Amino acid sequence: MSITIEKNKSESKTGIRTEEMVLNMGPQHPSTHGVLRLELQLEGEIITNVIPHIGYLHRCFEKHAEAMNYSQVIPYTDRMDYLASMYNEFGYAIAVEKLLGIQVPERVEYIRVIMGELQRIASHLVALGTYAVDIGAFTPFLFCFRDREKILSLFEQTCGARLLYNYIWVGGLSHDLHPDFINQTNDFIKYFRPKVKELNDLLTKNKIFIDRTANIGVLPLDVAINYGISGPNLRGSGFKWDIRKEDPYSVYNKFDFDIPVGQGLMGKVGDCWDRYYVRILEMEESLRIIEQAVNSIPEGDVTSAIPKRIKPPVGQVYSRVENPRGELGYFIISDGTINPFRVKVKGPSFVHLGVLNEVLKGHMIADVIAILGSIDIVLGEVDR
Amino acid sequence: MIYDFFFKLTNSNFLADLIQSLLPLFIFILPFALFAVLFERKVSAHMQDRLGPMRVGYHGILQTVADILKLVQKEDIIPTLADKPLFNIAPVLVFAGSYLAFAAIPFSSAFIGSNIDLGIIFIIAASGFVVAGILMAGWSSNNKYSLLGAMRSAAQIISYEIPTVLVVLSVIMITGTTNLLTLSEMQTGHFWNWMIFGGPVMGIAKFIFIPIMIINFVIIYISTLAEVNRTPFDIPEAESELVSGYHTEYSGMKFAMFFLSEYANMFAVSAIVAALFLGGYQSPIGYLGNLFGVHWLIPIEQFFWFTAKGIFFVFVQMWLRWTLPRLRVDQLMALCWKYLIPIAFVNLLIIGLITVL
Repeated sequence: MSITIEKNKSESKTGIRTEEMVLNMGPQHPSTHGVLRLELQLEGEIITNVIPHIGYLHRCFEKHAEAMNYSQVIPYTDRMDYLASMYNEFGYAIAVEKLLGIQVPERVEYIRVIMGELQRIASHLVALGTYAVDIGAFTPFLFCFRDREKILSLFEQTCGARLLYNYIWVGGLSHDLHPDFINQTNDFIKYFRPKVKELNDLLTKNKIFIDRTANIGVLPLDVAINYGISGPNLRGSGFKWDIRKEDPYSVYNKFDFDIPVGQGLMGKVGDCWDRYYVRILEMEESLRIIEQAVNSIPEGDVTSAIPKRIKPPVGQVYSRVENPRGELGYFIISDGTINPFRVKVKGPSFVHLGVLNEVLKGHMIADVIAILGSIDIVLGEVDR
Repeated sequence: MIYDFFFKLTNSNFLADLIQSLLPLFIFILPFALFAVLFERKVSAHMQDRLGPMRVGYHGILQTVADILKLVQKEDIIPTLADKPLFNIAPVLVFAGSYLAFAAIPFSSAFIGSNIDLGIIFIIAASGFVVAGILMAGWSSNNKYSLLGAMRSAAQIISYEIPTVLVVLSVIMITGTTNLLTLSEMQTGHFWNWMIFGGPVMGIAKFIFIPIMIINFVIIYISTLAEVNRTPFDIPEAESELVSGYHTEYSGMKFAMFFLSEYANMFAVSAIVAALFLGGYQSPIGYLGNLFGVHWLIPIEQFFWFTAKGIFFVFVQMWLRWTLPRLRVDQLMALCWKYLIPIAFVNLLIIGLITVL
């Protein structure tokens, strides 16, 4: 059958018999952001079809969770979206607390929000930095990682780990903030604001960068909604949807912040540049949240509400949070024992990967990287 | 000068020729490639708030030597399905192509590998070798990424040779010579005699030439940048798309040959730009040798000025590389065919008219 298709194609176009080339991109390709394998069907350099192959990083998170008790699951959630570990813990803790029906102290909520937003900045910095590398600019990447380093050292001083924290526990936190944390965070905010401007000067407003990203990989809003896209990608397509505002959890309703959306400043709404720029603006909003939270943080004990033994009643809960990448949902079924009966994760990266074929068709090979980078997936969470 | 010296020493035309031709290679280019690799790493490091290599020697000055030693020791892997003869010839061809150009580059009035009359044409022809080598490497590796890289590279280099040649042609029109030594001698005096400021022409024509030559200079700089596959035109070896393009499958010393030839090429094109537009080895402010009446000092000063200009342009290339993102293939071709070539043609036409009048 494929031969007849090719024949038709060759007759209809140039009369020269051409063959489609299949190019395997990954799993060891330098810019598939992990171990994604894309099977690209090419007509010259134009993509006719793309099939993502996933599962190279599958670690049976959901099955593991069934054999652990509730608090032992937390380190596993860290390892899903390893660039946003804090937020994964945050979401899981909220879900289990809902199941248990416990209220955590105000201070804990504030610290969680601060950590979550710092994590959001760190995660976006990785996204933006690696995106710059994908487009071919190496320097912004190292600038981003230099700034992320400051956040990681804040985390390290707080909980001892730089990547996989196990910091946010069900009902509380593993440690209180260290005494100098507030000062250091304020210093970081002061330090980081000009750096965002620097990044804008260096990359965002660069003509070549705009040429490469504007009008590329346009994700129309209806397609985005049909595929269940959330987070910066959905906002990049111009829809103001953020769970922190729409379905507030923790103490997000106490803070004043905006939801940036893509406006098609450089091209069409929902192109790569919009998705990129939404992330930049989001970092600034996160800074605003952190600033407010840090300066109004109440005193209290962060470990007082941690239950001695987590044994929720029979039942089920779905809770969702706004992860740096989008909507991260936890569906937990409890059968009344100390182990969860089922922990199902609805991860944003996995959902976003689905839309790839829709966006990629008709673009060139160079755009695969630009589009994949702008969708910003983390394979640890796609495969789980 | 150098030829006479070796002729007296060896008393044979052939040997003197040989030594003179090989001298730039050993005195300058091989050490330069070593220097340039380190220079690039240091420049990029300091642009990115890093230190770069610091361990091997003082501030890492021996890093490249260590790297070359490592590469020499490495296993020379040839993929099973590769076309063996082509696979082996390709790096040699690329290396030869980029180093051949140095034979006709005038480092100073006394130090030129081979003073041929068709100097600039020879350099352009020699750099054509590189395309063949790259295509060979891409095809023989039997790897799709290599093939794509090679195809892109060939398309890119050939396209960008057109504006380069057009600009070179306009310079030839003004000066009436293709000999680089003569060309450099014509730009003697102070910097306003350089080709970028209209060259040795006098009168009103000079003022018309100045803007045109500046535009020409920009065109040739952009297109030479593309010819040596540097960012923003490093599409053939675009790491994030094609792994490393045509030399994906190469390892060990063969890879090192591609690597060194890239850096040699960087200097070669900078040297051409300097020789054509910035007075070649001519000093912008006059010579100390003339000031003090020490005439043997002049060629050495010239060598210094030439290298300084060349290295400055190499630095600009690095600067661009670590600042700018990469263009896409079609944008790259559009830049060449829609902007550079028409502008170069118009310039050529104007210069032709003026020189005829």
